[in-house]
Amino acid sequence: MIVVADNETGGLVTIWITIIAGMVLAVVPMPQFVPVELGFLRPDWVAMVLVYWIIALPHRVGILTAWLAGIAVDVLLGSLIGQHALSYVLIAYVAASLYQRLRMFSVWQQAAVLFALLGLNQLAGFWIESIAGLAGWSFWYLLPALSGAFLWPWVFLMLRSLRRWIGMT
Amino acid sequence: MLGLGVLSLVLGFVDHTTSWLDGSRSALTVALTPIVVTADLPNRSVRGIQGIFSSREDLRRRVTGLESELIFLRVKTEKMAALISENNRLRGLLGSAAKLQDNVLVAELMGVNPDPEEQEVVIDKGSEDSVFVGQPVLDSRGLVGQVVEVSPFSSRVLLISDERHSVPVQVLRSNLRFIAQGTGIGQQLELQHVHSTADIKVGDQLLSSGLGNRFPVGYPVGVVDKVAFKPGKPFAEVLAKPNAQLDRFRHVLLVFTESRVAEETNTSSGKGDDRGG
Repeated sequence: MIVVADNETGGLVTIWITIIAGMVLAVVPMPQFVPVELGFLRPDWVAMVLVYWIIALPHRVGILTAWLAGIAVDVLLGSLIGQHALSYVLIAYVAASLYQRLRMFSVWQQAAVLFALLGLNQLAGFWIESIAGLAGWSFWYLLPALSGAFLWPWVFLMLRSLRRWIGMT
Repeated sequence: MLGLGVLSLVLGFVDHTTSWLDGSRSALTVALTPIVVTADLPNRSVRGIQGIFSSREDLRRRVTGLESELIFLRVKTEKMAALISENNRLRGLLGSAAKLQDNVLVAELMGVNPDPEEQEVVIDKGSEDSVFVGQPVLDSRGLVGQVVEVSPFSSRVLLISDERHSVPVQVLRSNLRFIAQGTGIGQQLELQHVHSTADIKVGDQLLSSGLGNRFPVGYPVGVVDKVAFKPGKPFAEVLAKPNAQLDRFRHVLLVFTESRVAEETNTSSGKGDDRGG
């Protein structure tokens, strides 16, 4: 790939490619031998990718990107339009206001913050579903936040090496 | 942030209460189809590789097996044809409408809803193939579910095992009518409001009863696999296992019932009359 330092569109394309990769991971079907219950462990990949880019490049990725990605995820998963959009906007807002502090954290400290953020994400999604009368609360809802927090170091390192390789600032 | 948040809430409310957003949803679904197809690629390529590496012997054996099955099914169909005509003659004698054959369209599985709480799948036929919302879906063994969302090239099917889904059923042996509701995880159906003296036992076959005008009459739905009468409870707990292999089908059949076609021609001719008048 050509190094596209200071190239706005090139950077934007890369960012959206990673977000779309997150969407693919969000809908990829599990093979049949995997028990169904493991599906509760599937982290919200799109939210994690969004949080990374907001911490790394807050001037490029913000609430609007999060909202657009949320609408796309709503269509992909067949949830109410606006459900993921709202929860992504919420966590994008929190991440954007904390990014300077988050950059100083070690990767596992970040993972702890991620657990709170992804928990908020799940909770906001649950609020919408319960207002629409679609769901009842169970602590299973927090499992994706837990698995997401555990996977955060790898997502973080991968996306950071990608960003450095492309030379985005 | 506040603006987008409120906008999302408004969109969610509009989507929940009205069908105004269905058009934009189906347009976006088409735009996002590459993502679903990409997500299904690993599955697809595993099957492709299996196809490449299956030996000549294996293929020959499979073809022979399929051929003998075909002959067997043909014989059965011939018998069925005779039975259907006899049935229609008898129904004619009774003065009730003749049963019509259902047309079907084969569709392939494209994706599965990743949320284990929601038993939904995406199939590769849409409004371009005149799939409609509420259309019954079968596999080779029994009822699978119904279409709940249609876009031009794909549609979303709610499975009968989903908690939000109920299907009116009839016990084949005793003709008792019940409502079978999905239970979510575990691929089971629960019969609602079964009286403790009801004539139902383990092994009973449940067929769709056709009440509710959503599913056609007489398709297998499930087999009763647990009946528990609890003293002190007004109703018995009856669980059934779906006939359809809800967790492993690759192909499904979309059913077009003749009555719906008749309805459509009626309404369209009605519209034509309006225009003429």
